[in-house]
Amino acid sequence: MSASPSADAPLLEVRNLRVGFDTRRGLVEAVRGISFDVGRERVAVVGESGSGKSMTGRAILRLVRPPGHVAADRLAFRGTELTGLSEKEMRAVRGGRIAMVMQDPKYSLNPVMRIDRQLSEALRAHGRISSTEARRRMIAMLEDVQIRDPERVLRAYPHELSGGMGQRVMIAMMLIPEPELLITDEPTSALDVTVQLEVLRILDDLVRGRGMGLLFISHDLRLVSTFCDRVLVMYRGRIVEEIAADRLSEARHPYTQGLLACLPRIGGGHATLPTLDRRPEWLNA
Amino acid sequence: MSETPRIEARDLAVTLGEGRTRVHAVKGVSFQVAPGESFGLVGESGSGKSTILRAICGLAPISSGEVLVDGERLDKRRDKRFAAVVQMVFQDPYGSLHPRHTIDRILSEPLSIHGLKDRDRRVLQALSDVGLDPAFRFRLPHQLSGGQRQRIAIARALILEPAVLLLDEPTSALDASIQAEVLNLLTRLRAERHLTYLFVSHDLAVVDHMCERLLVMRGGEAVEALEEGRLATRDVRSDYARKLMTASDGFVRPQASAG
Repeated sequence: MSASPSADAPLLEVRNLRVGFDTRRGLVEAVRGISFDVGRERVAVVGESGSGKSMTGRAILRLVRPPGHVAADRLAFRGTELTGLSEKEMRAVRGGRIAMVMQDPKYSLNPVMRIDRQLSEALRAHGRISSTEARRRMIAMLEDVQIRDPERVLRAYPHELSGGMGQRVMIAMMLIPEPELLITDEPTSALDVTVQLEVLRILDDLVRGRGMGLLFISHDLRLVSTFCDRVLVMYRGRIVEEIAADRLSEARHPYTQGLLACLPRIGGGHATLPTLDRRPEWLNA
Repeated sequence: MSETPRIEARDLAVTLGEGRTRVHAVKGVSFQVAPGESFGLVGESGSGKSTILRAICGLAPISSGEVLVDGERLDKRRDKRFAAVVQMVFQDPYGSLHPRHTIDRILSEPLSIHGLKDRDRRVLQALSDVGLDPAFRFRLPHQLSGGQRQRIAIARALILEPAVLLLDEPTSALDASIQAEVLNLLTRLRAERHLTYLFVSHDLAVVDHMCERLLVMRGGEAVEALEEGRLATRDVRSDYARKLMTASDGFVRPQASAG
């Protein structure tokens, strides 16, 4: 990684990203040519299932496996083209400079390993340190994500932690190498609403405190409108609208408007909810 | 409530497990649901809201208290008569339909158990009631989308023409646009058939949309009962109900600085 771009250059540049899968019935395109930048800000990628939002996150980290294939005119992290890196160089980026948090901590933590072993493994993968130093760092990390009894959590197995606790541990682990960009894929969807807000507050602190970029993949348009700075709305593999989060109510694309309108609201009464009338022309947005 | 409630829970308690793993999942909860009413149970995971539904239909043991349907106390066993009055729709449309049974078989099974004639007509009627084309009849569940599967689950629950539907997070696994369609379907069916709903959800907005009255639960206990319109005017008394209400408004940045 040699390039040292100017400070105002975006962390991540994506141009004409495409993700396709060869199936028996021919090519299925999950992502159909999308372009966007991420700076030191919170960018949301929102869409329903099948919109290609998760594939976008995976493609950036080159985690799409065959028969899937990724193509892009440009996929650059701080000026370095990611598609040109060897697998070894990519591994240094992945986890090191760009980290990813998945939806359900139940599936991303090793179920037969205590938290302290998993965390210290992650610590050692990114630098040689003594075991006392590792322990001190681990406790500090867990305190960073608002875990009040880090000693107990370190001794615990993943199944002994609640969902919110597990997700905090995941976030702590992902932050070990101090990544510049964090990609989260539905990080709070498996959590209760009140816990969800605590986890978001932690992410919010990190973005503002460390100047980290955040690519926040979510299905929840309303949540995103209160949490992120910018929203990319995806429909069937395309970005149909890009809009400032606090102006979401002024969205122009009928898909975005429809998604907002079909959500029940507290105090909205019991009348029939508007439903989406999917137009074929949205496919070419 | 002067008329006999369709469903009534009196000091209902459910204890699960044995010895050290014993859990008091529901700790003495009481409520009444009038015929034709839609009543909501709302809370976070572990609040006992789903366990109440499971206890009513016999999937969880009632350890004390009682449940009455149309004024009659439920025994240990739920018989065919109970199934003809009370039916349940589960959260996960992927897990609640037999993967190797065709839609036709899934919908016919309750009819044959209850010895009902005229199955052909009833199956086709059930499909059309939930807005599905008759062509779906001989498909398997994996050939359907999540929303279509949940429509099948609702059709299966309604095919015996019950008076009560127990709905356990019926739209939580669905996309927002599909959720709206299924909620509209449930609203229409209730109006057409004068159904009584007991609606469980973690989503305060969904419950407020679907129910006239609701009960906020936490840790197996009833926290606060809310009459029609109390959420709309934000007139809640308990701290927990307020916390839930604020949480469903979304994220609030500390110091309200735009970062």
